[in-house]
Amino acid sequence: MNRFAELLDRLAYEPSRDNKSRLIIDYFRTAADPDRGFALAAMTGELTFAHAKPALVRALIAERVDPVLFAMSYDYVGDLSETVALMWPHPETSPDANPLGLGAIVETLHKTRKIDLPAQLSIWLDALDETGRWALLKLITGALRIGVSARLAKNAVAEFGNMPANEVEEVWHGLQPPYLDLFAWVEGRSDRPRTTDPAPFHTPMLAHAIDDVDFLGLDPRDFRAEWKWDGVRVQAVTGLDEHGQRVTRLYSRTGEDVSTAFPDMVDALAGAEFDNVTIDGELLVVRDGLVQPFSVLQQRLNRKTVSAKLIAEYPLHIRAYDLLMENGEDLRPLSFDERRPRLEALLARYRGGRIDLSPLVAFDSWQSLAAARASPENAGAGLDADAIEGVMLKRRDSIYIGGRPKGPWWKWKRDPFNIDAVLMYAQRGHGKRSSFYSDFTFGVWRENDGTDELVPVGKAYFGFTDAELLLLDRWVRNHTVSRFGPVREVNANKDEGLVLEIAFEGLNQSTRHKSGVAMRFPRIARIRWDKPARDADRLESLRKLLRN
Amino acid sequence: MAAHDILTQTPAGLYCQAGDFYIDPVRASPRALITHGHADHARSGHGAVMATRETLAIMELRYGADFTTTRQMATYGEKVRIGEAQVSFHPAGHVLGSAQILIELAGYRIVVSGDYKRGHDPTCTPFEVLRCDAFISEATFGLPVFRHPDARHEVGRLLDSCRAFPDRAHLVGAYSLGKAQRMLALIREAGWQRPIWLHGAMEKITELYRAEGVALGETRKIVGKERAKLGGEIVICPPSATRDLWARGFSDPVVAFASGWMRIRARARQGGVQLPLVISDHADWDELCATILDTRCQEVWITHGAEDALVHWATQRGLHARPLHLIGYGEEDDTEAEPAA
Repeated sequence: MNRFAELLDRLAYEPSRDNKSRLIIDYFRTAADPDRGFALAAMTGELTFAHAKPALVRALIAERVDPVLFAMSYDYVGDLSETVALMWPHPETSPDANPLGLGAIVETLHKTRKIDLPAQLSIWLDALDETGRWALLKLITGALRIGVSARLAKNAVAEFGNMPANEVEEVWHGLQPPYLDLFAWVEGRSDRPRTTDPAPFHTPMLAHAIDDVDFLGLDPRDFRAEWKWDGVRVQAVTGLDEHGQRVTRLYSRTGEDVSTAFPDMVDALAGAEFDNVTIDGELLVVRDGLVQPFSVLQQRLNRKTVSAKLIAEYPLHIRAYDLLMENGEDLRPLSFDERRPRLEALLARYRGGRIDLSPLVAFDSWQSLAAARASPENAGAGLDADAIEGVMLKRRDSIYIGGRPKGPWWKWKRDPFNIDAVLMYAQRGHGKRSSFYSDFTFGVWRENDGTDELVPVGKAYFGFTDAELLLLDRWVRNHTVSRFGPVREVNANKDEGLVLEIAFEGLNQSTRHKSGVAMRFPRIARIRWDKPARDADRLESLRKLLRN
Repeated sequence: MAAHDILTQTPAGLYCQAGDFYIDPVRASPRALITHGHADHARSGHGAVMATRETLAIMELRYGADFTTTRQMATYGEKVRIGEAQVSFHPAGHVLGSAQILIELAGYRIVVSGDYKRGHDPTCTPFEVLRCDAFISEATFGLPVFRHPDARHEVGRLLDSCRAFPDRAHLVGAYSLGKAQRMLALIREAGWQRPIWLHGAMEKITELYRAEGVALGETRKIVGKERAKLGGEIVICPPSATRDLWARGFSDPVVAFASGWMRIRARARQGGVQLPLVISDHADWDELCATILDTRCQEVWITHGAEDALVHWATQRGLHARPLHLIGYGEEDDTEAEPAA
């Protein structure tokens, strides 16, 4: 437990992904089975303990410390597990020196009846130090909050075994904690674990962004083109379990099972009565046959609960790009031109209206494709054009390769929107950037009571080079007019101010922002040292870009 | 005779009428007794200053030779008469030269602790328990969540991290007076023999410790371009320097901070600290409680810190306890460090 507690402790404070990964790998290297497997389960959110609730922890501490001192301490610390971990009294007799393994704790917890849990927990808390108690309480109450995603933890397993990142993801859904077979495999002690999952995930194929120079070596006759839909990439999988029951799952592109977030889509898939199939597609909201822009789909994302009203107002739809598996046959070694008719045939048999085919875009030269990309509404997309963020180029002979191989697939996004805005506030960054002012809030002009004022329209923290960041940081330090904690307000008026050219993917109406607009994916395209602040854009011109 | 007959609270600080002196006054005063050299306790401009030899040396280093008109050196344990009061200085274990001040008047004993700790520190004389009628205790960490682990354990974590990340410099934020030198000494005790790199702001005070005979091993001042090459090395700097321009030359450093505040996760996170080291020169909750009981006092005054919890605890044990809301004491070095170093 102490090793695991130390790991959680370091992870909680380490901001960098790479360093978090190093810490996890180091732990896998030095910790024993089954402890490390249960640690992996904790980090991937696969461990739950039904009986361990915060109320139980509160009751335990109430028996042991003065209630006034507890109230003052809790008020100061602000976190129950942490307060209890720090205040827990030292036991009168020195506890068993035998260090407790995480594995033993997890196995005991699963066996312990609810009524016996307080006594068991007290024994452990007596035996652990502050960090150990904190980790144990975080673990059992299921609130680790150490900034480690399931994907990061799984990738760390792969890296630990010198395997490509997605290898672990592919076998993951058939595995159970403490993952002895997984560790045996990545350490080269046994074969790849057999996937018994009837609806497993397959790593999706991703594309590289295409540059002007890339086109020089490409022949349009070798490629197919599709719209790049602005939704959420998903993988829909159906299969039969050992009892002959149909299993239907929806995965995110990182392999996370997102079925519970989109129950209506899973029902629609189950209702389609496909046999064993794996469909690669885009999750969209479609109303009255019209694909809605991403801002509408966003209402369905990151929801804890999914109400009937939400389902009715934001009807989901899958636009299918590819077919990976059909009736147990792996189609991935086939070419795009061989897979595509299989997908078309599958969807031709389906009558439900919730899944359809992503159409091909006709073109005979890069020029004609460029024209389609510039105005999809005139190239077959019609009113759906608002939900298109560019075109995809796929080699006709491309087999389906999980990951992001360079060459077979390309994405060619629509040009971003650009505005010139004025830097208003800068904030220190985190981690490596903690000594730099690297988060920039910018605004545009609008009229208020007869005078022009700047209104903030967005915040950007990338797009610039390291060299440019140095210059921006220096400019901020030399033009500060006031400070609020980590934030500096800089000189920004008609005569003095720094103009930033901001590129962004789209604009949505927003009631949460003073300006009434919210940018998608803003970044700093250029620093306009040359441009006077008075010539920056106005809110009126920005509002003209609003969709809908 | 009662405590408040001997010491009264004034805007300048604690005042003893019988001896006509102040203790750690926050304003220029005719006569001041100084417990230790931290800037919030030892200010310049007093008419006369009485303190230990080390504290006087620290004040002179920080403020120049004219920091006071006259000075009087106190020796640990030596009783000196000031007016009607008898005064003596005793080790507080806080930093080099730190003292508790015992005042005796008509058989009544009152102790002003200044800042103190009971934990292991090779750089100063350990705290001495003084039996007294009234004890005036600091309470910087006066909540039961503050329990400092053994400092040697925390230093062990620092050295483990240097081994786990041999490519990253370890910047250890530590207050310039006391904490920085204690860290040096503890790191040496743990067997680390490599040179330790120092921020320019703590050089002089470290030299003063050396001149007082405290063994700290080899230290080096950091110059410009070297910063990028200090992977796996330990660098000690003022806490604010870890977030300043100065820190920029290091490549992906591990930012550590040695302070009792690091016990609280939110505080460590707010400070951008990746390796919080719970090492304090102040008493933790258990030490505060134990010390109050050890003195066998009947009356306890609690100053600068979280007074309420300790007052509550002492009252529960039948002591007369009251908070003294003294203004002007806190952590030193909280201001931003100079960018140059």
